[in-house]
Amino acid sequence: MKQYDVIVIGAGVIGCAIARELSRRERRIAVLERASDICEGTSKANSGIVHAGHDAMPGTMKARMNVLGNARMETLSKELDFPFRRNGSLVIMFEQEDILKLEELKARGEANGVQGLELLTPRQVWEREPNISREIAGALYAPTGGIVCTFGLTIALAENAVVNGVDFFLNHEVTEIIPPAKGAGSIAIGGYRVTAAGTQFEAPVVINAAGVCADLIHNMVSERKIKIVPRRGEYRLMDKNSGSMVDSTIFQLPSRLGKGILVTPTVHGNLLVGPTAEDIPDKEDVATTAEGVRKVMEMGAKSVPNLDGRQTITSFAGLRAHLVTEESKGSDFLIEEVADAKGFFDVAGIESPGLTAAPAIGEYVAELVNRAYPAPEKADFVSVRKGIPSMANATDEQRRILISKNPSYANVICRCELVTEGEIVEAIHRPLGATTLDGVKRRTRAGMGRCQSGFCSPKVVDILARELDVDKSVITKNGTYKGNQNSNILTGYTKGWQPKGEDNGKDVLKSSEKEVDYE
Amino acid sequence: MSRRREDIVIIGGGPAGLAAALAAREAGIRKVLILERDKELGGILNQCIHNGFGLHTFKEELTGPEYAEKYIQMVLEQQIPYMTNAMVTGIEVLENNDKCVTAMNKEDRLVEITAKAVILAMGCRERPRGALNIPGTRPAGIYSAGTAQYYVNMEGRMPGKEVVILGSGDIGLIMARRMVLEGAKVHCVAELRPYSGGLKRNIVQCLEDFDIPLYLSTTVSEIHGKERVEAVTLTRVDEHGVPISGSEWRVPCDTLLLSCGLIPENELTIGLGAQMDAKTGGPVVSEHLECSVPGVFACGNVLHVHELVDHVSAEAEKAGRFASEYVLASESKTCKSEVADASERREEGWE
Repeated sequence: MKQYDVIVIGAGVIGCAIARELSRRERRIAVLERASDICEGTSKANSGIVHAGHDAMPGTMKARMNVLGNARMETLSKELDFPFRRNGSLVIMFEQEDILKLEELKARGEANGVQGLELLTPRQVWEREPNISREIAGALYAPTGGIVCTFGLTIALAENAVVNGVDFFLNHEVTEIIPPAKGAGSIAIGGYRVTAAGTQFEAPVVINAAGVCADLIHNMVSERKIKIVPRRGEYRLMDKNSGSMVDSTIFQLPSRLGKGILVTPTVHGNLLVGPTAEDIPDKEDVATTAEGVRKVMEMGAKSVPNLDGRQTITSFAGLRAHLVTEESKGSDFLIEEVADAKGFFDVAGIESPGLTAAPAIGEYVAELVNRAYPAPEKADFVSVRKGIPSMANATDEQRRILISKNPSYANVICRCELVTEGEIVEAIHRPLGATTLDGVKRRTRAGMGRCQSGFCSPKVVDILARELDVDKSVITKNGTYKGNQNSNILTGYTKGWQPKGEDNGKDVLKSSEKEVDYE
Repeated sequence: MSRRREDIVIIGGGPAGLAAALAAREAGIRKVLILERDKELGGILNQCIHNGFGLHTFKEELTGPEYAEKYIQMVLEQQIPYMTNAMVTGIEVLENNDKCVTAMNKEDRLVEITAKAVILAMGCRERPRGALNIPGTRPAGIYSAGTAQYYVNMEGRMPGKEVVILGSGDIGLIMARRMVLEGAKVHCVAELRPYSGGLKRNIVQCLEDFDIPLYLSTTVSEIHGKERVEAVTLTRVDEHGVPISGSEWRVPCDTLLLSCGLIPENELTIGLGAQMDAKTGGPVVSEHLECSVPGVFACGNVLHVHELVDHVSAEAEKAGRFASEYVLASESKTCKSEVADASERREEGWE
């Protein structure tokens, strides 16, 4: 039985933000994650938007956490060294009759505490964004809107949590939670006993940050059941050639035609278009659909008519964790200690603007826990973290310095995104380092470019195998919570395969064992 | 940072770069440098171990590595210097119209090379899955045909066992046969268009001889499988390439290879500000294979995708000659003292 003071379930952006905030105090913290890496669920597939905060209804948790999270993001991006840009956002409308709705949005934003909101005429919009449709009737401008690297943020939070003593258990799917036994006078004896991947953990405090599965976790301890419906959103990511078509994030005012699609630059210079919204039954179904990717393009082109579908470099889908409430409208974040499960905190239904809200949710949940379960402040809390140096973003002088320190920063592995061996090796050896192709991709961008890893994947497989000291047949695209072995890149050997001089005998032995597995 | 000075820098050490370098040396240019990003010269030919190369150039049938080897030997005989594992990160035009090429690799670290002329010979890359917008999941087991060819022919590793190939480009056809020879089952090749984009001889020798069905006017309309590919849905398409509803069938497989076209690799060319041709995907060139940026020449698949390597070599020879003429003409324009200066600098140079 592994004893902790707090167990956080889920290593998405919310779990990682909470773990990091909790690690400011003297306490033993475990994060249990079913996937083989952090940032494997909704946190890896979303819009990467730092919302200004005009959408949520005043007084809701969504509104409060959004505006606070937005305010925190800039400082946090400097502290933890992840890409963030305050590029401003525009909500455009196409019908003059919608002006009342736009004014309402502005008033709502102001009630939420959003600064600097401004209604713009079409002319003012085009001056700012010349590629926006001539059909628009006006827009709401929010200077505080921003964009963030969703992987960068999540990984930074997690790495910093590790440095501050948090233990992460990857490939640890929670299968059972037994609440503390009740002694005389209903006083809890011991903590929650959590089983994950066959290991028992125990802690008096459990934080449920399990994203689309937060209902399953909640329902293990509470009689008051909740339900989360995965709401799938499909996106298209466009080539950097299209990255400067807009500078701000362009939302469409929800109208009788639907909720609208956003068009936004990413912090890395691509253009992102999406998402659709479709409630689906399967909590793992992140497949794209022909209908979805077509709709994304069609709707996106309403905002930016010159959008060129041929510039698409990939399409993907993510799942929003939509909490179904009885009132069935205006569902809010559910962040509270569960009424019939003392010490068990839900952080559920974290759909949009969850990414924006993450830093604020981390602080808020830490406050809730600190109040009920005080712990002394950590004298040696490390608040800053340095990211992996990026050759792509470095100046010539910075490149020279990096290379002179470590020549492998001159060995380019991913040509599209200019990612070097030095960066990939570092990504593998950092706290919670990458073990998969996708892990390397999210940490370094190797494989994220226009050729989508066609060129670099064999090289990244080689580096992973070398650095992890395994044969490359065990390297996977992404690990899976079921055991990390099903998304292999390679399935065996050619008929005439002979071990090369550089392969050592150990690999050959291993490989023959593995051959059996595959058959 | 080291610096060196050259007359002609050739970016890419594949068939185009090698032939261009040899032609430039033959035209009397002494300072030629080849920059190759792979660990050896030869380019994509190194992994094309099938035969069918060289019928025009050498009047004999060679494999890809054999064809490359002939050029590599000539380059070595001519003692033309080259850097391997070297990625070019940018090309700039200097005030005096010289070009400054920045490259890096582990051994030489950052290198700045000034040259009178640059020959672009970067080749092309394959169209990836994302650009094809195939709906479905995004599991392991989806490879461009060339990446699969690299695993099989260069590393002796199999990327899968039950294979469906989308696109009937030559690499796809060649890989269909290769995968069968290595023990995989190739279920079919699907081609969106009503005709194949590959050479007739490849259709006969790689598909028909191995009883691999080729479905024309057919595409992959969905990929299945959460971790590894488990199946694909194939669909007939109408004359506009639109899937015909009701014509779908599901093929269980663990691998999908994509051979859906090649894209000239012109990031450096675009970075230079050269005028591009939307049809070929390559730069617009004069009859001298010179881009809109004077002193920058292009040849091979970076210019447009060629069917045969023999044609690449022939075109690259021309580019080498034209670039040489450009260098010689610009030298004769320069006053003598400057030439003396330059040759002195060369002596002290990096080599």
